[in-house]
Amino acid sequence: MWGLSRCLRVPRGRLLLLPAGVQRSFSSVSPTPHICIVGSGPAGFYTAQHILRHNPQAQVDIYEKLPVPFGLVRFGVAPDHPEVKNVINTFTQTARSERCTFLGNVTVGRDVTVEELQGAYHAVVLSYGAEDKRELGIPGEELPGVHSARDFVGWYNGLPDNRHLHPDLSCDTAVILGQGNVALDIARILLSPVDILRKTDITQTALDALSQSRIRRVWMVGRRGPLQVAFTIKELREMINLPGTRPKLDPADYVGLEKASKDLPRPRKRLTELLVKAALEKPGQKVAANWAQAEREWGLRFLRSPLAVLPSEDGKRAARIRLSVTRLEGSGETAVAVPTGQVENISCGLIFSSIGYKSVSISSTVPFLPQQGVIPNSMGRVEGIPGLYCSGWVKRGPTGVITTTMTDSFDTAQAILEDVQLGALNWSEPRPGSVAIRELLHLRGIQPVSFSDWEKIDEAETAKGLAVGKPREKILDTEEMLQLVCR
Amino acid sequence: MAAANKLLGISRCLLGSSRLGVPAVRTVMCPRSSRLGPGHIRAFSSEDKVTVKFINRDGETLVAQGKVGESLLDVVVEKNLDIDGFGACEGTLACSTCHLIFEDHIFQQLDPITDEEMDMLDLAYGLTDTSRLGCQICLKKSMNGMTVKVPESVADVRQAVDMGKSS
Ligand SMILES: Cc1cc2nc3c(=O)[nH]c(=O)nc-3n(C[C@H](O)[C@H](O)[C@H](O)COP(=O)(O)OP(=O)(O)OC[C@H]3O[C@@H](n4cnc5c(N)ncnc54)[C@H](O)[C@@H]3O)c2cc1C
Ligand SMILES: NC(=O)c1ccc[n+]([C@@H]2O[C@H](COP(=O)([O-])OP(=O)(O)OC[C@H]3O[C@@H](n4cnc5c(N)ncnc54)[C@H](OP(=O)(O)O)[C@@H]3O)[C@@H](O)[C@H]2O)c1
Ligand code: FES
Repeated sequence: MWGLSRCLRVPRGRLLLLPAGVQRSFSSVSPTPHICIVGSGPAGFYTAQHILRHNPQAQVDIYEKLPVPFGLVRFGVAPDHPEVKNVINTFTQTARSERCTFLGNVTVGRDVTVEELQGAYHAVVLSYGAEDKRELGIPGEELPGVHSARDFVGWYNGLPDNRHLHPDLSCDTAVILGQGNVALDIARILLSPVDILRKTDITQTALDALSQSRIRRVWMVGRRGPLQVAFTIKELREMINLPGTRPKLDPADYVGLEKASKDLPRPRKRLTELLVKAALEKPGQKVAANWAQAEREWGLRFLRSPLAVLPSEDGKRAARIRLSVTRLEGSGETAVAVPTGQVENISCGLIFSSIGYKSVSISSTVPFLPQQGVIPNSMGRVEGIPGLYCSGWVKRGPTGVITTTMTDSFDTAQAILEDVQLGALNWSEPRPGSVAIRELLHLRGIQPVSFSDWEKIDEAETAKGLAVGKPREKILDTEEMLQLVCR
Repeated sequence: MAAANKLLGISRCLLGSSRLGVPAVRTVMCPRSSRLGPGHIRAFSSEDKVTVKFINRDGETLVAQGKVGESLLDVVVEKNLDIDGFGACEGTLACSTCHLIFEDHIFQQLDPITDEEMDMLDLAYGLTDTSRLGCQICLKKSMNGMTVKVPESVADVRQAVDMGKSS
């Protein structure tokens, strides 16, 4: 449609310098703002949605590393929270718009560079999330039996990279370091009755392993106190009511807390009240009966900061975690844990470090703050690089729910819309968009996966799931996905 | 293609969560909810209609009519009201994007709030004393003419909490 065949042969990295003839051939076409988004998680889709909705000309192309879209909605959100995944319906509508193109199976920074994208588009939005994990940096972290939350979550959610994790669930106690919502997700997956999980889109591999699991007790360990837990009330309530499982909360940790939380903002106050209730009050009949019969338990340990993973006698596996006992300096959300000098060990065969995700840099030409793991920006405009934007976890850091990501993506989209309107993006000067990038990819032997290709994968997964009473059975191997698409 | 027009103007009801095999477990089923499939056309008398004014984020007033028993989320979806990001979880109490602020006298007569709604509401940005989640509020005749306000931003307070952290 752009009559671009000549432009397609521009050598790698030179797209900005389109041959003069090509430039002229564009001028007869009415200009369209061509916008490229890197990453198809909530940030990518919400940014696309807002742009398409508020600029009736814009063409938005979404590049995604995996053959399948939706980022952490597919690979992060717990399988027993299907309602959270309803956002996929809205994302699907966005992707089906004729002004939106999905190009999966394209890793930006490897298959195509950010600079090449900048050459082909008026604006590039980096929405590639936080793919890495934050390291604990303690001795013994590399021992078998120690896993990052990221890998374990990826394993039960079918992330291709993590399909060979094989966590050994034959011990009776697991320790999760960190007290965020991801820690609660992991605890819940480890302790849930398998019959509940069987009806979800958890992978069959994980289901098989979990049905053989001998884990009876899960500790979630925080370096700060009960007033600083990072998880939220809905998730805590779910844990307290989890069938076949009882909380093991030390009353001493909770005495006097209700008074201390009296003047806190409502969310923290209600969360604390629920913790106190679970720890100190007699539960109602139904809950009491569940707790009495429960064979599995979970608990929270506070003021303990991880020091080292200690190996088993043969040195082959993790057997204990050594914790530094801390005390708080300051109060409230900003209280800091400082070591008291005391240490404590917990015996456990399995350790998960759930202390957060981390973004990585995908191009040396894009500014990046490694300490915070974010791209420096103001309102989503990448500092010092006109036409380059960011949204989602790579913009804000790896915290916040989908709603938070939605809001900040709308902000970024708004900045782009304003810049388009103000003429800051030179969008009256045509850009080739995906046509040029496809050609580059072709030359490099990369076959992008379209949204209708994904719908074929989706269909195959759903059909496979249906056969075993699950909403879907995820395909774990990218090769297998690509074969499905090629057929 | 119709797809472009459909973009975001979509009715989530018609999309149907069954496509994903996702049960809308906690969807409020208002007593006379209109969550009927296509083809199920019911005759409503004008008495069944309730007019609601939504004050959008930019201050603009959107006026829409819904039927008694429908939720405010149903109204926004069916009438295609242009409220960015509204109803992300499709009424399953898993987001707080349907947060609305009510007039005092209307707020007083709403059905009591459940713990689950309160849990989600706690995460809504710009929480007020008369806030509720729109997907949990079903239209009654007495609500005719009421005004509800969309809070300025749907930002989740988890962000504020997260950002306040030291590390
Ligand atoms: C385990 C877990 C569970 C969660 N559960 C919930 C929940 O229940 N409810 C809730 O509201 N929030 C939940 N969240 C938070 C929510 O997932 C995030 O707010 C949101 O996903 C962040 O969106 P994002 O688009 O920035 O990142 P992501 O969702 O990570 O999306 C980034 C996308 O970019 C792609 N990408 C990465 N690198 C490249 C590259 N080089 N080239 C091309 N593409 C690339 C990735 O493959 C991915 O698809 C959870 C988070 C985690 C970690
Ligand atoms: N159901 C849901 O809605 C859901 C599910 C999953 C995830 N999410 C969201 O996704 C985001 C990421 O979740 P997350 O659990 O990965 O992160 P998080 O909420 O930031 O929690 C991280 C936890 O790790 C601890 N921690 C960090 N560094 C540590 C260190 N060096 N040593 C010991 N402990 C350390 C933190 O304690 P300090 O507070 O002391 O730093 C905190 O308890 C969150 O915003 C979360 O709400 C939501
Ligand atoms: S639509 Fe998500 S809570 Fe109401």
